[in-house]
Amino acid sequence: MPNYRNIKEKFIELFLSTASITALLILIGIFVFLFITGIKTFTQISPAEFFLSNEWNPTAYGEPRWGILSLIIGTLMVTFGSLVIAILLGLASAVYLSEIARPKIREIIKPVIEMIAGIPSVVLGLIGILFLSPLIAKIFGLSNGLNALTSSIIVGIMVLPTIISISEDVLTSLPHEFREASLALGATKWQMIRMTLLPAALSGILAAIMLGLCRAVGETMAVLMVAGNSRAMPTSFFDPIRPMTANIAIEIKEVVKGSLHYEALFAIGLILFIMTFVVNFISDIIIEKQVRKYKW
Amino acid sequence: MRHIYLIVVLLLVVFTAGCINKNGITGEVVKNIEDIEIKGSDTLLQLVSNLAEAYSEVNPTVRISVTGGGSGGGIAALINGEIDIADASRPIEEKELKQAEERGIEPLEFIVANDMLSVIVNEDNPVSKLTVEQVSSIYKGHISNWKEVGGKDQKITLYGRQSTSGTYAFFMKEIVKGDYSAKMMNMEGNQAILDAVKQDKTGIGYVGIGYIVDENGNQASGIKVIKIAKDKGSPYVSPLEEESKHSEYPISRSLFQYFAKKPGKNSAIYNFLMFELSNEGQQIVKKSGFVPITAEDKKHNDKLLDKT
Repeated sequence: MPNYRNIKEKFIELFLSTASITALLILIGIFVFLFITGIKTFTQISPAEFFLSNEWNPTAYGEPRWGILSLIIGTLMVTFGSLVIAILLGLASAVYLSEIARPKIREIIKPVIEMIAGIPSVVLGLIGILFLSPLIAKIFGLSNGLNALTSSIIVGIMVLPTIISISEDVLTSLPHEFREASLALGATKWQMIRMTLLPAALSGILAAIMLGLCRAVGETMAVLMVAGNSRAMPTSFFDPIRPMTANIAIEIKEVVKGSLHYEALFAIGLILFIMTFVVNFISDIIIEKQVRKYKW
Repeated sequence: MRHIYLIVVLLLVVFTAGCINKNGITGEVVKNIEDIEIKGSDTLLQLVSNLAEAYSEVNPTVRISVTGGGSGGGIAALINGEIDIADASRPIEEKELKQAEERGIEPLEFIVANDMLSVIVNEDNPVSKLTVEQVSSIYKGHISNWKEVGGKDQKITLYGRQSTSGTYAFFMKEIVKGDYSAKMMNMEGNQAILDAVKQDKTGIGYVGIGYIVDENGNQASGIKVIKIAKDKGSPYVSPLEEESKHSEYPISRSLFQYFAKKPGKNSAIYNFLMFELSNEGQQIVKKSGFVPITAEDKKHNDKLLDKT
């Protein structure tokens, strides 16, 4: 009988370890797949043309063009814009929730904010097209509102819950002595927040921003719907953009497997993967540090 | 525990019985069901589905399956011998003809309907007519202000489809005859272009005529359909004018169906094609937002069907 139990125990252990190894293998598999297919692009297109030319037009009337610079700029613009919006709004609400709001209000607001994370991005895209982009056009006197600014706002809304939720957790988890000490020294509530709590929580907040950044870089559907997707190099936030994710989503439907166009889209995917991987890696290190800092 | 076994056994029995029935071993033997497999252009998908549905209602022994996947995919499947009819919103290409020839197939071309692409602008735009050359220059980005074609002093905002679209390719090859301006907005579909131009006073776009006029002949609001002339000396024609003027409209295209071999008289495919050509079939073409075939198209088709 005890022998039987041992076997069962071993079996469960085996199952759990296989499950986690599978997750790892899937990640490695995805990377290898992207890498092998994507890297072939550079046998036909020089990396200089690929990264530094800003004309992307694989289905051109004449010669196809393969420069992804304007796509990268598009991704960076929407990432930057959405983070600015999400950080401003997110930090403010995180501070409010953890330091100022009464518990009852917090109990209502926090779950509501976290619910934003559950809104499908297509729905946000629809709201962007039907409501936000006409509004933006009206406010800024533009002929249309399909541009980097509208995309940034939509993606900013999507990133918001990540930033609020994590920042609020970090602020709340700060030792209570911090608050007592600063108040005892005669600081006002605002001084306490600004001079003690925010600096102490800085690395945690940075990690929250990094995670939000990953989401912003990888967002496809909502951006695709409101960005305008024109191939020209954007010169301001009022210009339409074509981020890398949107470009892949649009063009993957038409490419012949194994063609140069197919490989080039995988190369773009590979670059996106590396970007988010690096950001994730950095935020992991930061979180680790934060956790160690206040363990006592 | 025993109950579970019992349930499993019972389920198995039920499933097996179901399978046998489907294969016709115990069920009633259905006689002479004929299958027609159609695949290809997404533009044609809805129209051909409507035609197939109407036909099957009268002829329940014919089963027609219609799938999309693009003109290229349909023609490839035809060459590979997987389907009976390939839908295409563009003529078959040299390359594809060669591939077919290698397999001993001579694809035959049948015109099922015509499609007119309409160029639209916002209803507040004073411009109401353009030549093909002007449209081309506008989409290339050479003309970038409305005042150059008689409008207000406003920048032109270009709306077009995405490169996956057959319409994108058709418009580029036949009208623009060059690369689209990189500033063109790439929209998800016809409806998206229509909605964008409705809101954008400086916008211009191209959509299938079916998106402008609904089943009851009502025209979409908020936009204006531009009259187009082939060149400077030619008359300006609107795609909304009566049928007799349709052949004068410069941005039109035929929608095709391709076969691997001549369908035998009174075969299921032959009868289906005759239905597509019939008044009833062409009424469905109209209702689905396309333009019925012309007398010339009829001649083209008759040759294929051995009907004189």
